[in-house]
Amino acid sequence: MSTAVAEEVKEEVKKEPLFSKKNKKLITDPLDDSNPITVQVLGICSALAITVQVKQAVVMSLSVLVVLIGSTFITSVLRNMIPSRVRIIVQLVIVAAMVILVDQVLKAFVYDVSKQLSVFVGLIITNCIIMGRIEAFSLANKPWPSFLDAVGNAAGYGLILIVVAFFRELLGSGKLWGFQLIPQSFYDFGYANNGLMILPPMALIVVGVYIWVQRSKNTKLIEA
Amino acid sequence: MENLASIFVKGIFIENMIFAYFLGMCSYLAVSKTVKTAVGLGAAVIFVLGITVPINYLLENYLLKEGALAWLGEDFATLDLSFLSFIMFIAVIASMVQLVEMAVEKFAPALYGALGIFLPLIAVNCSILGGALFMQERQYPNIGEATIFGLGSGVGWLLAIVAIAAIREKIRYSHVPAPLRGLGITFIITGLMGIAFMSFMGVEL
Repeated sequence: MSTAVAEEVKEEVKKEPLFSKKNKKLITDPLDDSNPITVQVLGICSALAITVQVKQAVVMSLSVLVVLIGSTFITSVLRNMIPSRVRIIVQLVIVAAMVILVDQVLKAFVYDVSKQLSVFVGLIITNCIIMGRIEAFSLANKPWPSFLDAVGNAAGYGLILIVVAFFRELLGSGKLWGFQLIPQSFYDFGYANNGLMILPPMALIVVGVYIWVQRSKNTKLIEA
Repeated sequence: MENLASIFVKGIFIENMIFAYFLGMCSYLAVSKTVKTAVGLGAAVIFVLGITVPINYLLENYLLKEGALAWLGEDFATLDLSFLSFIMFIAVIASMVQLVEMAVEKFAPALYGALGIFLPLIAVNCSILGGALFMQERQYPNIGEATIFGLGSGVGWLLAIVAIAAIREKIRYSHVPAPLRGLGITFIITGLMGIAFMSFMGVEL
């Protein structure tokens, strides 16, 4: 009896404010020090394929945000009930259900973007960020930290997506969010869009350069 | 027959899973440090794609597509279950990977030893689900073409990962700027390889 009380007190002491320093770190870390794409190397496939236009990148980041929050929250709530032998299948089903919801919403409200994203909405299921964060974080943590972790990682993912899409759309077609940004007079002087930026391989090179810039500023990330 | 050959070649070179669609990039970057492991993972991907694409093809055409349930009776002829396709495909892939793993362990222990740790990884390799989704989007007319498409994509993936692994083995001896070492240079090399592969795009098949 007394031990139970003691434990409860301990629990009470351990309780921390909603935005303690540790919890804040969960959100800010993935933006730079443990960015899901450039440091953890998760979720590369979709990051590269849908960065031709900023609009697609924003829609994709929002979809990943929703799926990541939903699925990490659910797994975190159920974490003590999921037998570890079948956990992969359970996680996949939870994620797939979230992705179906997002896919149906996209089809209903932004049909043209959803057509352009084509199979990549479905591929959020196998986006390693989601499985990675579920496996590494939410299976072992309470719902609130898992929620923060999900927000942070989705933000880190979205950051890279939008930066890459910004350069590719600006240099590749002279537009941002579909609006012509580079005036016609530039073209009259002989400026030409860099058609290579639209093609898939340039996404890899832009991300490579981003990693280069990031690591030369943040030297502790350099690989031996 | 010509048609099948063209789908196969297209899957390997023109619509290469890695260089044209970036599918399976995560394991591509993580497991490409040595050629030997790269070959193992590539073989496992071909194997699983060759099995799951035809199974998903059957599911798509006899269960999920609009009107696919007509064989059950007239009442079902208008049913459209395609919104369930993600969950069905991923369930098939996850369970097939488990089954394949058990079968390989029982009947071909040597192969199991070689593929061992890579098989479970494959369930979450985007190229497998991507294969199923492209199959759905492109609507291949029969199961033979779908299977060949799966195998061709797998071979293309193997080619890509073995090539990058070979380059990474050599690049260890070069003088790369420190911040680019490891991940950065791999990205840039993959980009350059992608540009090379784009020259196949002009090929008419």
